Amino acid sequence: MLRAHAHQFAFGTIVGLALAVAAPALAQQGLDEPFQKSFREALAGKTVAYVPVAMNFDLTEGWYAGLKKELEPYGVKFEIRDPNWNTNAGAQAVTSLISEKPAVMVIHNPDVQTYAKLLQRAENEGIYVIQINMGSAYRSSAFVGANWIEIGERQTEGVVKACEGKSNKIAVIQGALSAAASAYTLKGVENVLAKHPEIKVVSSQAADWDAAKAKAITQTVLKQNPDLCGIVGFWDGMDIGTAAAIKEAGLTGKVFLATSGGGERKGACELVKNGSFDLDMSYDVPTQAAQMAGTIKWLLSSGAKPGSVKGSEYTTLIPITKENADTQTACWNLSDLKK
Amino acid sequence: MKRVRFSQQEIVFVVFAALFLSFSVFLNGFLTADNMLTLLQNVAVLGILGLAMAIVVIGRGIDLSLIAALAVPGGLVLQMVQNGHSLAASLMAAGLLSIAIGLVNGWLIAYAEVPPLFATLATGLFVAGLGQAALFQLDVVQWSDGMAGFERLGQGSILGIPTSIVMFAIACVVVFVLLRRTRWGAYIYAVGDNPFAARVTGIPSRPIIVLQYVLAALIGCFAGLVLAASVNSMPTRIFNSTLIYDVILVVVLGGIGLSGGRGGVVNVIIGTLLIGTMLNGMTILDIPYAGQNLIKGVVLLIAVITDTFLNPRNEETAQQGDI
Repeated sequence: MLRAHAHQFAFGTIVGLALAVAAPALAQQGLDEPFQKSFREALAGKTVAYVPVAMNFDLTEGWYAGLKKELEPYGVKFEIRDPNWNTNAGAQAVTSLISEKPAVMVIHNPDVQTYAKLLQRAENEGIYVIQINMGSAYRSSAFVGANWIEIGERQTEGVVKACEGKSNKIAVIQGALSAAASAYTLKGVENVLAKHPEIKVVSSQAADWDAAKAKAITQTVLKQNPDLCGIVGFWDGMDIGTAAAIKEAGLTGKVFLATSGGGERKGACELVKNGSFDLDMSYDVPTQAAQMAGTIKWLLSSGAKPGSVKGSEYTTLIPITKENADTQTACWNLSDLKK
Repeated sequence: MKRVRFSQQEIVFVVFAALFLSFSVFLNGFLTADNMLTLLQNVAVLGILGLAMAIVVIGRGIDLSLIAALAVPGGLVLQMVQNGHSLAASLMAAGLLSIAIGLVNGWLIAYAEVPPLFATLATGLFVAGLGQAALFQLDVVQWSDGMAGFERLGQGSILGIPTSIVMFAIACVVVFVLLRRTRWGAYIYAVGDNPFAARVTGIPSRPIIVLQYVLAALIGCFAGLVLAASVNSMPTRIFNSTLIYDVILVVVLGGIGLSGGRGGVVNVIIGTLLIGTMLNGMTILDIPYAGQNLIKGVVLLIAVITDTFLNPRNEETAQQGDI
C-alpha cells in the first residue's frame, strides 16, 4: 500500500513538473505583432529628400543627423540637396525632386512664397511634404518647427521684466528683412510692446543675420543710450556680435540680452554661461528632428494620400538661462548627434 | 582763365565733410569723442580690407578673392584651435594658406595672363568652397578656450583707443611705408601706370604682380583675425555677403582709379571715413535697412556723377583698363 502510494506520489510529481516546464514553453511560442511587418515594408527602400536653405550650420546639420539616425536603420534612403543660401538653386532642386518622386520631401523654406506652388504640386504628385521651422504659404502634410511669434513674445517679455525699475529703453536687432522668421518674430515683439506702453524702442534695425553688423549697430546704440536696459536679438549666431558690443561697453549684466537659436552647446549654453546672453529661447533641434522622423514614420505607414491630412507640430521652446545652462538636457552637441 | 579742378578724392572729401558737419549740427550725440571712436571702430575691418584692395588696384588689378582670404584662413585658426592644435601652429597654417592663395592668384594673373577679374573670382569661389567642404564643421566657427587672450586683437582698447582702430592705423602705416618708401612700392605704381613701359625699363613686373596678390591675401587674413577677435567667432558665410562691393567702393570712392597707378593710403582712409559716417549717422537716426541702402546709393551716385562732370573722360584722358 505504502509502496503504491509512493509510486503515485512520484508519478504525480513528474506530471506536475512536466506541466510546470511545458506551460511556459507553450506561452513562449511567439506571437506575431500584426502591424510591424507592414510598417517595415512601408519604410524599406523609400527615399526621403532633404532641402535645407544651406548645410554647414547647427540647425540644418542637426536636423540631418537626427533624421538619418532615426530613419536609416529602417532602410530609408536619404538624399540631400544643398542650395547653399541660393533661393533659385533651392527652387530648382525642389522641381527636379518632384520628377524623381521621393516618398517624402523635408523642406526648409527660405521665404513664404518661393516654394509654395512647388510644394503643392509635389503633394498632388503623391509626395509627402514636411516643412521645418520656416513654413511656406502652402500648408502641407506637416509643419514641424518653432512658433516665431511666440519666440518674439517670450524674448520681449524677458526683456520687459528685466527693465522693471530701469530706463525702459530697449533696442531690437532684427535678422534679414526678407526672412519671414524675422518678420514673425518682430510681430511677437510688437504684441508684447503693445501691452507695455512704458517701454521705448530706441532702435530697431536689421543686421542681416551678420554678427559684425549686429555689433556695429549695438555699439552705436549703446553710445547713444548708455542707460539701455535690454536688447531683443533675433538669432544667437548673429547676437554673438551684439553680446561682444555689450561686453566692450562694460555693460554685461546691465543690458539684458534675449536671443533665440537651435540650442547647440557652443552657440547657446556656453554663451549663456559666460554671461554673453541672458536668455536664449531654444527650439531644441534634436527634438525637432525626432518629431519629423516620427511624422515621416507615421505618414509612410498610414498610407494616407499625400495632402489629405495636414497638421502642425510647433516646437515646445526651452528657455536657456543661467539656471539650466549647465544641465545636460538644455543643449545638445552636434558632434554627439553625428555619432 | 584757369579752371578750378577737383580730383575725385577731393570731391569725396567734400561730401564726407558736408555729411559730417550736418550730422554734427543736426544729430544729437553724433559729435562726441565716444561716438567718433565707435564710428571708426565699425569700419576698421573694412578699412584694412580697403588697404589690401588698394595695393592690387594701384597695380592695375582687382582681387575678388579678398573676402575668401579673410574668412577661410581666419576661420582655419579658430577651427584648428577648437580641434586642439596650438594657437601658434594654427596661425602658421593660416599664414601659409594666405600666401598660397596669393601665389596662385599672382601666378594665374602674371604668368598665365588670366584677367584678374576672372582669376580671383575663381580662386575666391575655390577657397570658400574648400573651407566649407574640407576645413570647417559649421559656417560660424566659434571661439574656444585655446584662443584666450587673442580676442585682444579686436576688443578692448590701447591708451583709450579701441584696438581695432589701432590695428587699422598700424596697417595704414605699414602699407604707406611699403608703397611710398620702398622700391617694391615704386614698382607697383610703375606696373600699374603702364605695365608695358615698366617691363621695358627692366622692372620685374611679373614677380611684382605676384607680390601684390600675396600682400593682399596676407592683409586679408589679418583683417579676418581682427574681425574674428572682435565678434568672438568667425562667420565664414561672410563670403556670400556684399562686403566685397563695399571694399571696392571704399577704394574707388576714395579716388584710387581702377585703371591703376594712382592713389594711396590717404584715399582709402577718406573712402572709409565716408562710409563710416553714413553708416553711423543712419544708425543713430534709426533709418530702416531699405532706406539706408537707398541713401547709400544716392550719395555714391552723387559722388560719381560730380566726378564725371568735373573731370570728363574722352579718348585722350581715358586709359586702357578703365572700367
